Amino acid sequence: MKISSIESILTGAAHNRQALWQYILQAEFQDSGVPVDQLIHRVEKTYQVMKQAARAGLQEDGKSLSGLTGGDAYRYYKRWQDGRSILSDFNAKAVAYAIATNEQNASMGVIVAAPTAGASGILPGVLIAAQEEFGYLDTDIVHSMIVASGIGAVIATRASVSGAAGGCQAECGSAAAMAAGALAYLLGGNHTQVMNAAALALKNSLGLACDPVAGLVEVPCVKRNGVYASLAITACDMSLAGINSVIPPDEVIDAMFQIGSVMPTCIRETAEGGLAITPTGLACKRRIFGIKEEE
Amino acid sequence: MSVSMFDMLGPITVGPSSSHTAGAVRIGLACRTILKEDVKKADITFYGSFASTYKGHGTDKAVVGGLLGFGTDDVRVRDSLELAGEMGLAYTISTGENPRYHPNTVVIDASSEHNHVRIRAESVGGGAIRLSEINGFEVSVQCRADTLIVFGRDVIGTFYSIAKVMNDCGYNIGTLYLDRERRAGDTVIVIETDVSVDPDTVGKLQALDNVIGVVAIEKF
Repeated sequence: MKISSIESILTGAAHNRQALWQYILQAEFQDSGVPVDQLIHRVEKTYQVMKQAARAGLQEDGKSLSGLTGGDAYRYYKRWQDGRSILSDFNAKAVAYAIATNEQNASMGVIVAAPTAGASGILPGVLIAAQEEFGYLDTDIVHSMIVASGIGAVIATRASVSGAAGGCQAECGSAAAMAAGALAYLLGGNHTQVMNAAALALKNSLGLACDPVAGLVEVPCVKRNGVYASLAITACDMSLAGINSVIPPDEVIDAMFQIGSVMPTCIRETAEGGLAITPTGLACKRRIFGIKEEE
Repeated sequence: MSVSMFDMLGPITVGPSSSHTAGAVRIGLACRTILKEDVKKADITFYGSFASTYKGHGTDKAVVGGLLGFGTDDVRVRDSLELAGEMGLAYTISTGENPRYHPNTVVIDASSEHNHVRIRAESVGGGAIRLSEINGFEVSVQCRADTLIVFGRDVIGTFYSIAKVMNDCGYNIGTLYLDRERRAGDTVIVIETDVSVDPDTVGKLQALDNVIGVVAIEKF
């Protein structure tokens, strides 16, 4: 699809009296030439993969390739099952599924990069929990995923969804914006509230460093997926309460791009700064790659 | 700029990294496609970030998995190094340094029963890839569109005859890249089309006098 602004989605959908997902789907059809029913079918298939990944991540008490992560989704889900979580059922499940998906990712399981592998838990976490708790049909979820893809496409066009280019704000921030918008759509928010939810989520992710320990998509990525699922839910809830982002969505995205472009490379996925170069982070790296301690 | 819905909801892939794993699988697959046969032998050299983190990201498993024909969403990628032996692929992994290369670069020198190819490829983010060198030719093949790579001789009429076949068979040439090693030497022509080119047409191109080889890569 060729969509360069959130504003153009809003005005286009309003002008055509279309739902947001219809407008975005139409744009994808126009650009790709792939018939609409095929596009929808592919999104449905994608959602099934998301569900499989989240489920697999909960069941396997396994470790990642490096041994750095694993088993946290199980631990968190158990806390919710035992009735001890202080979050709402919906929120707690979203966190558990987000972590589960990213743990699957870390152990080379099959996931949907939404928009990236490192941020792959946030959107499915929120959507699967919403379906389970609020009873949405797969069709509803598919429509919300199309909305999310439109938000992501604008971010990718105006800024970036790559950690190497824009830090983690571009990965987990973009995923949270997509999830917040998708959830606001599901909960019946109007067009503006949907995009405002995305803006609130992205805004509160600005400046986020990508500083993975040993350069691996594990620490802090796995837990961050859980926390940012929660952030997306909060942003959505605020938007539906009528709380407005003073800075419009497109300008927030532009701000993200600007921050990414001045962000030092050491915190843009190179593992040369931040958490990656803490004494513990460096020790993990030496252990994983079998590098001997310098004498 | 055009971004697909499925760039945002995908790729569907084995983890842990779209650039270090999904992209690497696709590079392996592209190499296999160029050879057109099962890969028997592959010397894989990682550069930059690939060199320093390939073990933790499973980039080695990803490239080998792609060479074996596994897709990005095939769980067998996880066990590809063991499966390579069973499936008759002998591989070596090494690392190199070249500051001029993209940070996520791999060079693969691969052979099948009848063919041999050496590619340099880059994983440019989100699972997207770029083939930057094929058999010594600098190219830029992104595999985002259906692509033909034609090796031929740099003589009058080579491109004309190719374009004529494309025209007669009803294919629009979307983008075009042409280079030669030297005057009257070998040439490489990279053609992106709107739809994938059928084997019949590829055969007709292959049969042209001044065409040495044709590779069709379907878009990812």
